[in-house]
Amino acid sequence: MSSVADAAVPPVARAASAGALWRLMSDPMGAGGAVIVVSFVLLALFAPWVAPYDPLKLDVLNKLQGPSLAHLAGTDQLGRDTLSRLIWGSRTALGISLTATGVAGAIGLVLGLIAGYGPRWLDGALVLVFDSLSSLPMILFALAVITVLGPGTTTLILVIVLVSIPGYARLIRAQTLTLKTADFVQAERSMGASVPRILGRHLLPNVVGPLVIVLSMDVPVVIMLEAGLSYLNLGVRPPTPSWGNILYDGYNSLRQQPTLVIAAGVPLVLSTIGFTFLGEGLRDALDPRLQVRPR
Amino acid sequence: MSDPVLQVRDLSVRYGPVQAVRGVSLSAARGEVVGIVGESGCGKSTLASALIGLNPPSARATGQIAIEGRDLVAMTEAERRALRGDRVAMVFQDPMTAFNPVLTLGAQLVDFQHRAPLTKAEKRARAAAMLARVGLPDPELALTRYVHELSGGMRQRAAIAAALMMQPALLIADEPTTALDVTMEAQILHLLRELRRDHDGAIVIITHHLGVVGELCDRVYVMYAGQVVEEGTVDEIYHDPRHPYTAALISCDPAHIADRAEVLPTIPGRLPDLTDPPAGCAFAARCTLATQRCAEPPPRVVLSATHAALCHEVRP
Amino acid sequence: MSALYEVRGLRVDVPLGGGLLSAILPGGKKTLNILDGVDLTLHSGETLGVVGESGSGKTTLARAMLGLTPAAGTLQFQGRDLAASNLRRGTAMMFQDPVSSLSPRMRVGEQVVEPFTIHGIPAAERTSAAELLSRVGLPPEMAARYPHELSGGQARRVCVARALALNPALVIADEPTAGLDMSIQGEVLNLLSGLKRDRGIGFLVISHNLPVIRHAADRIAILYLGRLVETGLTADVFARPAHPYTASLIAAEPNPDPRKRRDDLAIKGEIPSLLRRPAGCAFHTRCPIAVPDCALRPPALRAIGPDRQVACHLAT
Repeated sequence: MSSVADAAVPPVARAASAGALWRLMSDPMGAGGAVIVVSFVLLALFAPWVAPYDPLKLDVLNKLQGPSLAHLAGTDQLGRDTLSRLIWGSRTALGISLTATGVAGAIGLVLGLIAGYGPRWLDGALVLVFDSLSSLPMILFALAVITVLGPGTTTLILVIVLVSIPGYARLIRAQTLTLKTADFVQAERSMGASVPRILGRHLLPNVVGPLVIVLSMDVPVVIMLEAGLSYLNLGVRPPTPSWGNILYDGYNSLRQQPTLVIAAGVPLVLSTIGFTFLGEGLRDALDPRLQVRPR
Repeated sequence: MSDPVLQVRDLSVRYGPVQAVRGVSLSAARGEVVGIVGESGCGKSTLASALIGLNPPSARATGQIAIEGRDLVAMTEAERRALRGDRVAMVFQDPMTAFNPVLTLGAQLVDFQHRAPLTKAEKRARAAAMLARVGLPDPELALTRYVHELSGGMRQRAAIAAALMMQPALLIADEPTTALDVTMEAQILHLLRELRRDHDGAIVIITHHLGVVGELCDRVYVMYAGQVVEEGTVDEIYHDPRHPYTAALISCDPAHIADRAEVLPTIPGRLPDLTDPPAGCAFAARCTLATQRCAEPPPRVVLSATHAALCHEVRP
Repeated sequence: MSALYEVRGLRVDVPLGGGLLSAILPGGKKTLNILDGVDLTLHSGETLGVVGESGSGKTTLARAMLGLTPAAGTLQFQGRDLAASNLRRGTAMMFQDPVSSLSPRMRVGEQVVEPFTIHGIPAAERTSAAELLSRVGLPPEMAARYPHELSGGQARRVCVARALALNPALVIADEPTAGLDMSIQGEVLNLLSGLKRDRGIGFLVISHNLPVIRHAADRIAILYLGRLVETGLTADVFARPAHPYTASLIAAEPNPDPRKRRDDLAIKGEIPSLLRRPAGCAFHTRCPIAVPDCALRPPALRAIGPDRQVACHLAT
């Protein structure tokens, strides 16, 4: 491949993605989703400066307080500021969910392309692996891995990645199988294009769109999963603030102070809405066939 | 031609800003095969959907479509539904989509007769007879088959059988042979020709294929940019085309040119934008005979009892 | 004239079903024979038309000639076996559906110069996208478009532009006028015949559209169920079809002239499935002149005149 032609590619690609961004932001649902997601990302990034208190600082005298000017979302059973813990918790939630879906998406993409485009025996073997992986009951599988590796953030990510790969790989495989026999791929073959070129330049841009959409819709699922596993004490270890941990603490002191459960639920719901809307918006924005040419 | 089965008067159909059909009037009498011919974008498919009341909800139709004297445009959806499959039936280009893939042919053909006061066995017998009528070998066996088990030609025969099940007064066939191979096309044309002999209604064939018109139709309407630009008997249209578009279209058909030509004729230019069609003749921009007068709406020049053209330059 | 492309005894079989298990388990692998002993010769500056209905194997023939599908037999491009030849740079394929043969997320300008990138042609020896587009009569602004923003005719031209990038000696065109309106068909055919004349490109045009082939091809080869039944100069074959299948095909083509309407349009029966290719002459089940011997002995392709071959026991 010559460098001359490749040098001509980025401006076009940039223009295309700029158009996609413009279309995303002109769709109220997509724009709303994007704003929520970006807000969460900023919160997570700037948690040390945004959070009013140290999320780990105990203040047992002021435990289980309701909302007040000093503690906008109240305090937990150890007197820690809930708002600060939620803000720091967004770091945990986004860190784990984005890493896990990102890694799972990337591996699923590669495996899916190989399974879809490669020889039939390899496809058969990979599909067998995907099927075996997804036939494992998720919670039991998580328990098994955690028993072996011990609970913690890394284990949690590993479990989520292993469980989500088959879904992404299957999606990409199905798309690749359809496109493999498409005329434009045959046209590339007839021109003598190499397999990496066909996969990278032609198949990838066509299969990555649906994956991005599924990934962004899966982020809240993973956030919930993380919260769920943390709630069961299988995920993030206390005292690290995580929405699941806060929910767990809130549940234990539900009778004394319901604020905690409600406060932990709000970011869970908001982030789910945000990522889902963003996914919906991306679906429309990324499809060039839906583009209206500016005239 | 008193009491036509189909009488369309000044029909216009718009999709949002697109004026797909613009003031079309046409008729079809009992026992007659009428062709509607034109290229893509001429509005023939929209017209076909309008004739059976199947335009999408975004479409706005004005004018009159009278089927046996009852106006389809003014009807409620429920009345239209009652008319469809009973007095009007349609054969589509792709027979695969006309059937439900998970039901047997027999189940569907029986189901199409749900309004008939017959027992199930009688309906099944009628279905088998109809399949035999359209030339399916071993109709009893065919009733137990799923659509994907039939070949393309057999599917189209079955679709025609389904359409004729209720003996409709009006049969509309939208590109009925386009998806078929030449030898299958010939068989379907032959079948349609046979059917018209004992079919008591009118048949409207929508096609881009002049060969289909030539083999099958009695009269033709030539459409361009949503309008009927010329109408007449097949002989008048083919041997004495008066509208410049009709003449150009016929000259472009490679089947029309007997000797091998190095350079085939074409019609340069493109369709006008149907969101803002010209006030005058829609074909003027591509017409070799166009004059300044063509900026004004062309008159409908009557050339004979059956022949008329929408053009300034045509003399009776 | 030396042969540009020689096909001798081409045979293509494709495996049926299979997967992980059948790859591991020995035996039990079923194959379907698509092409059986096809011989063709194509010269520079000539258009060979390959005619056949669906299931005749004409698209497989094109794919095999381009080395896109495993095939047995001798295939020689410019006198060399495919593996040793300049096949990828010296040939180009135009697919039946031009829009889907363009990469959907790549701009037209990038796609027409892609052959240069694939073959690592240095910048100095490249033709610009604008120049390639202008060769096929498209404005340079078209380079910024995506395939879905093109009309059928424009997409067709873009495919021609891409096919011409490397100045190929052979262009294989699969149904080059499929989906085009009659008034545009001529444009594309004229473009191709101009290229043949000016650049001496050899064309293999695959089509089921007889009127188009009749004008576009110098010689034709007719396929039936994966076997050649007749070859010869186009004008000769159309004037005096020697094989009954050729005669049926020509007779089946609907005639646009209502005065030349035929009474009997039908050719008997359906095209059999390749899975059940009839023994002996594959056409004997539908042949109007078949004798008992036809079901027993497959006829070989034999010369019946200068540049004229037919595979029929009874043809003279």
